[in-house]
Amino acid sequence: MSDDGLPTGVERRTFDGRERLSTQGPTVYGEPADADGWRAWDASRSKLGGMLELGMDTGLVGGETVLYLGAAAGTTVSHVSDFAGPTYAVEFAPRPVRDLVGVAEDRDNLFPLLKDARDPESYAHVVESDVDCLVMDVATRGQATVAIRNRQFLADDGRLLMAVKARSEDVTADPDDVFDEVLADLESAYEILETARLDRFHADHLGIVARPK
Amino acid sequence: MTDAWFADANPEDPASGAHRIREGHADAPADWPAVAVESGFADDEANYYEKLRAATLTAARDAVAERERADDLQLAHAVRSMDDAERTANELAERVVEWAGTLYEDVPRGLDGVRDIAARDPTTAGEERVVSYATRAVDLLDERDDLRTFIEERAPDVAPNLSEMAGPVLTARLISLAGSLERLAKAPSGTVQVLGAEDALFAHLKGRASSPKHGVIFTHEYVRGTRPQDRGSAARAFAGKLSIAARIDYYSGDYRPEIHTELAERMATIRARAEEGDE
Ligand SMILES: C[S@@+](CC[C@H](N)C(=O)[O-])C[C@H]1O[C@@H](n2cnc3c(N)ncnc32)[C@H](O)[C@@H]1O
Repeated sequence: MSDDGLPTGVERRTFDGRERLSTQGPTVYGEPADADGWRAWDASRSKLGGMLELGMDTGLVGGETVLYLGAAAGTTVSHVSDFAGPTYAVEFAPRPVRDLVGVAEDRDNLFPLLKDARDPESYAHVVESDVDCLVMDVATRGQATVAIRNRQFLADDGRLLMAVKARSEDVTADPDDVFDEVLADLESAYEILETARLDRFHADHLGIVARPK
Repeated sequence: MTDAWFADANPEDPASGAHRIREGHADAPADWPAVAVESGFADDEANYYEKLRAATLTAARDAVAERERADDLQLAHAVRSMDDAERTANELAERVVEWAGTLYEDVPRGLDGVRDIAARDPTTAGEERVVSYATRAVDLLDERDDLRTFIEERAPDVAPNLSEMAGPVLTARLISLAGSLERLAKAPSGTVQVLGAEDALFAHLKGRASSPKHGVIFTHEYVRGTRPQDRGSAARAFAGKLSIAARIDYYSGDYRPEIHTELAERMATIRARAEEGDE
């Protein structure tokens, strides 16, 4: 890890006259890149990017084995695989997985899986045990349950990095109430280390860092 | 550890592992890279990840293609149902309007008449029956509209290029007539041109009629809106590009703006003939 709290392989660099997070790898979503192959990591399009931008202590140092749930078309997971080691990317909608496959074709350490994160048995024969980091951005009802079910993949000293979207749980409820409820549910399997509202980048989202109990 | 995705996979063939990745399961994860090396499936950890990569890529590609292919059949069923709903609603409308005409004055004709009757307050037992019957017909019309909305939402996902070129409903019709997106993609463009004109084609083959120049694609503005003596070329050009679009949609699924510009240019050339007044 570098001294600015960012994992090795993630740097603040200047793009279009502005300091931004960046990683080194093939471009994916039209993000600006510089001559050395660093490409901007757009925090407003990535919850994990937002968490790093806000200075949350993610525990990431670079090179870890990662299980990423809710990979969509691969915007965020592409950056993760740039600085991490083996990266398993689970997504259950076929259309984005088609794009995710394209992203994985350009990378050696990104493994796309068209699977439902609520059903870990359907990928436990592929994803290895004791991963260092479980990233979750599923934006669906029952986000805490998904985190708890996937606890089994995480090493005892690993980290859960999770973005909770309030509207996915209940569109009418006050986001704070939704977050409290999700955190209370999580406590059965995780110890919460840090939380922060991601509103600067993502309205009504909570970033959570936790470790297995 | 027989649960592993590579348990009975051929180490040299990503397809065999890909199948297990899609179909297999395990109660719990394990240190698969170590197991793979121990069992001789992989030479070392790096080699394991290479094999895992090849197998997951194949599995994801296959699974996506299969799931999206299944969606093309949903479109075909939806468009057939939409047509059934429309046809049946028209039949019911005819009956309702005829019947209502004996009970009320001033009943509009056709589907408007049905909506009008369904909105009335019946005062007699006979009126009650005819209003109730009209209500069924209106429900069926609403169902037709919902089916159309469903097709309009789905078709661009299943076949982005065809949907852009032909519109979602005609896309669904072509898929339905061909039997599937796969069969549409594999059909020669001459077949695409006359899909839906099977009766006319059959008569032609029996020597009873001239060869049909267009099938269901006639409903598209590109063909219908072209003057009669140029419709053959318009239909041929349109069908040619539809075939290409179907192949791209089936094999890659990427949206390709250039084929749409090419078609628009080709059509402009054909239509320019009319303005130049060449007969
Ligand atoms: C907000 S998007 C993720 C964006 C992505 N993480 C990024 O930053 O590039 C949420 C994704 O989670 C997926 N998702 C929702 N429920 C899921 C489930 N049960 N299993 C797997 N993926 C799921 C959705 O299809 C959607 O693509």
